[in-house]
Amino acid sequence: MGVVLDNLDRYADAFWVTVQLTALGFLGSLVLGTIVATMRVSPVAPLRAAGLVYVETFRNTPLLVLAVLFVFGLTKVGIRFSLFTTFVIVISIYTGAFVAETLRAGMNTVGRGQVEAARSIGLTFGQSLREVVLPQAFRTVVQPLGNVWIAMTKNTSIAAAVSVVDLTAVAGRLTTDLARPLPLFAGAAIGYLILTLPMGALVGALERRVAIVR
Amino acid sequence: MGFRERLATAAVMAALAAVGAGCGGDDEEAAETAAGAATSAAAAAGEGTSFEAGTTMQAIKDKGKLVVGTKFDQPLFGQKAPSGDVEGFDTEIARELAAAITGSRDNVEFVEAVSKNREPFIEQGKVDIVVATYTINDKRKEVVSFAGPYYIAGQDIMVKSDNDTIAGIEDLNGKKVCSVEGSTSEANVKEQAPQAEVLLFDTYSQCAEALGDGRVEAVSTDNVILLGLIEQNGDAYKLVGKPFTEEPYGIGLKKDDTAFRTFINDELERMYEDGRWKKAFESTVGKVEKNTPEPPPVDRYE
Amino acid sequence: MSDGTAVLYDTLGPRGRLRVRIASIVCGVLLAALVLLAIVRLEERGQFEPDLWQPFGEWVTWRSLLEGLQATLAAAAVAMALAAPIGLAMALGRLSLNRPTRWLAGGYVELFRAVPLLLFIYFAALGLPRYGIELSAFWYLVLPLVVYNSAVLGEIFRAGILSLDRGQGEAALAIGMTYWQSMLLVVVPQAVRRMVPALVSQLVTLLKDTSLGFVIPYAELLRTGQINGQFYGNLLQMTTVVALIYVAVNVSLGRVAVRLERRQARRYGSAGPHAVLGESDVALLAARAGDGRERAGL
Repeated sequence: MGVVLDNLDRYADAFWVTVQLTALGFLGSLVLGTIVATMRVSPVAPLRAAGLVYVETFRNTPLLVLAVLFVFGLTKVGIRFSLFTTFVIVISIYTGAFVAETLRAGMNTVGRGQVEAARSIGLTFGQSLREVVLPQAFRTVVQPLGNVWIAMTKNTSIAAAVSVVDLTAVAGRLTTDLARPLPLFAGAAIGYLILTLPMGALVGALERRVAIVR
Repeated sequence: MGFRERLATAAVMAALAAVGAGCGGDDEEAAETAAGAATSAAAAAGEGTSFEAGTTMQAIKDKGKLVVGTKFDQPLFGQKAPSGDVEGFDTEIARELAAAITGSRDNVEFVEAVSKNREPFIEQGKVDIVVATYTINDKRKEVVSFAGPYYIAGQDIMVKSDNDTIAGIEDLNGKKVCSVEGSTSEANVKEQAPQAEVLLFDTYSQCAEALGDGRVEAVSTDNVILLGLIEQNGDAYKLVGKPFTEEPYGIGLKKDDTAFRTFINDELERMYEDGRWKKAFESTVGKVEKNTPEPPPVDRYE
Repeated sequence: MSDGTAVLYDTLGPRGRLRVRIASIVCGVLLAALVLLAIVRLEERGQFEPDLWQPFGEWVTWRSLLEGLQATLAAAAVAMALAAPIGLAMALGRLSLNRPTRWLAGGYVELFRAVPLLLFIYFAALGLPRYGIELSAFWYLVLPLVVYNSAVLGEIFRAGILSLDRGQGEAALAIGMTYWQSMLLVVVPQAVRRMVPALVSQLVTLLKDTSLGFVIPYAELLRTGQINGQFYGNLLQMTTVVALIYVAVNVSLGRVAVRLERRQARRYGSAGPHAVLGESDVALLAARAGDGRERAGL
């Protein structure tokens, strides 16, 4: 691992980039995903349709294609962001589609009776969603949502393909220069594990905490 | 209903399986067969030159085609068209070399090279030569050998076509100049025109747009990139034409294949003399850069 | 809307209906305005110039894109065909009674699932040649896809096996089958059948991941689109068309998954808590079945 330690500063910078991508992508996709999931179950037809189009489009387009499209596309319409910001937007939009679908699937697992009960005691759409459905849905989606974000953490590596210098990019660049691929890539892989393993543990702990005995 | 669904499902699966079985990794073979067909036609035509047994030239002649690593996305130098043809100054040079060895300009197969895979391509013998806007430098000389240079690229300045105030690097002082973050181009401008205000963007096409809407007065990087941008933007921009760094482009080949290297160097010199080099330049880069430079002397380094 | 969310709101009364109608109109107008805004912006910037779209009127453009799509599908099909059996072997290995086998299979699955696919691809394309392993661009893409997806499929199969009623395996043992007989003849066929929709979802993911061949470069759909876009000077238009092709292919595959699910639900009844709805549910099942062993949850 000598070559990794020799270049520890570059790894540290790149790791920080990956951490930022992950954190910002998490926030962005959570916000977008929640909005879209709500749209998809709303009584307003145009919102449902828009939500469906959003989910189907972004779930079925490869992340790299979206990244390339936005990197070239945004400048063409006169919107200029750095590559980093552009990628944060792209990964939020992409992951948001998965978050939305996971949340919706979670809502569907809430028993019909629960909803009927909520409605029958006079709760409105918003109230029954907020007070009854979402809290229960949350429990079932902890694990799948955690998996979505762990997958997203790994997906931040695709930033390397559009010239953002993250962990993956650093491993690639150093390999071209130093010809010691195995330790260099293992170093980057460990960087990802440092992020994903605690996330997995956290999700597991959360899952056990909120689990309901049925 | 059940039957129809099953049928639809089966059809999709079968289609996928067929694709998998039909073209699992042999698209390259298909390309080879196509190239092979062209080759045998040329071989049948027959041609005179023969080389000493055991030389790379003879091996290529026996094989019937020269395999060349080149860029597929570098306008004017190596650009693949949807029809499959690869065109540009680099590919013209490669075709001339193919003609010199095999007797036909068409006995050539182009493989896409990107900056990262050029050395591995040569080391692994996946290609015979690399002609891909490939700068000769000492670090690369440790793993591959270079024939040439056949062109001297260099950092230049791009301005709007009607701009007459910027004639060289000195004139950039006090002006807004666009470059790409972290590139050597940025460092060069800062060193040679310390008073220039350098604005950093992510890509050179963003720089070109900034030039278009007046946020910067000049863009500075390798002339090859700038020429590509000029080609794509019609005649809105022009090159100042006074490069202030030197990037000699060479032809990469297997390290220490001296006979092959000498052969290519000799052939380049013949191309310089009989006008083929000039023709290759004018039909490609010359479409944008009207001043054809003198060909650079080949460097037969030890 | 026959699913649970439908009851979130009652069959609306006259006032409610009116409100929803107003909301629909307002939202519809807002969304339309948004789309219009985007179109106007693109128009202003000359992105609808006929020059930029004219290449799509030519067969040669479509032929090259179709060749790219073919390369994409070829990589996906070969990778899936190789990853599935390896994944099944890993699942069986992880459930094996033999401890070293369990550890080996577990290590393989946990390690390879945890590393980003692109890192693998860079390693294959840039790293393997340094160790004298020289492959074609196709295999530099497919090999990492196989390694990564076999690990993921290993978990899908394991979840499938664990989701089966214990009684199935026990009954097989009771009538005198050996462990392997009961696994291979009774448990695995049912588990695989149950996991078919999840396998199709994974195929969609895999198909999308082939776009990473772009960096090698392997001339798949995205790479082909890029080179074409560079040639015609219409990268935005070309990449948009490429994206639409991906959506079309993946949506069709998604339809297949839904049909398979429905067919299963009909044939085996809605399997109650074990009904498999898609990727996320598989993760859920794996988590439940794993009993916390699955803590890494990758």
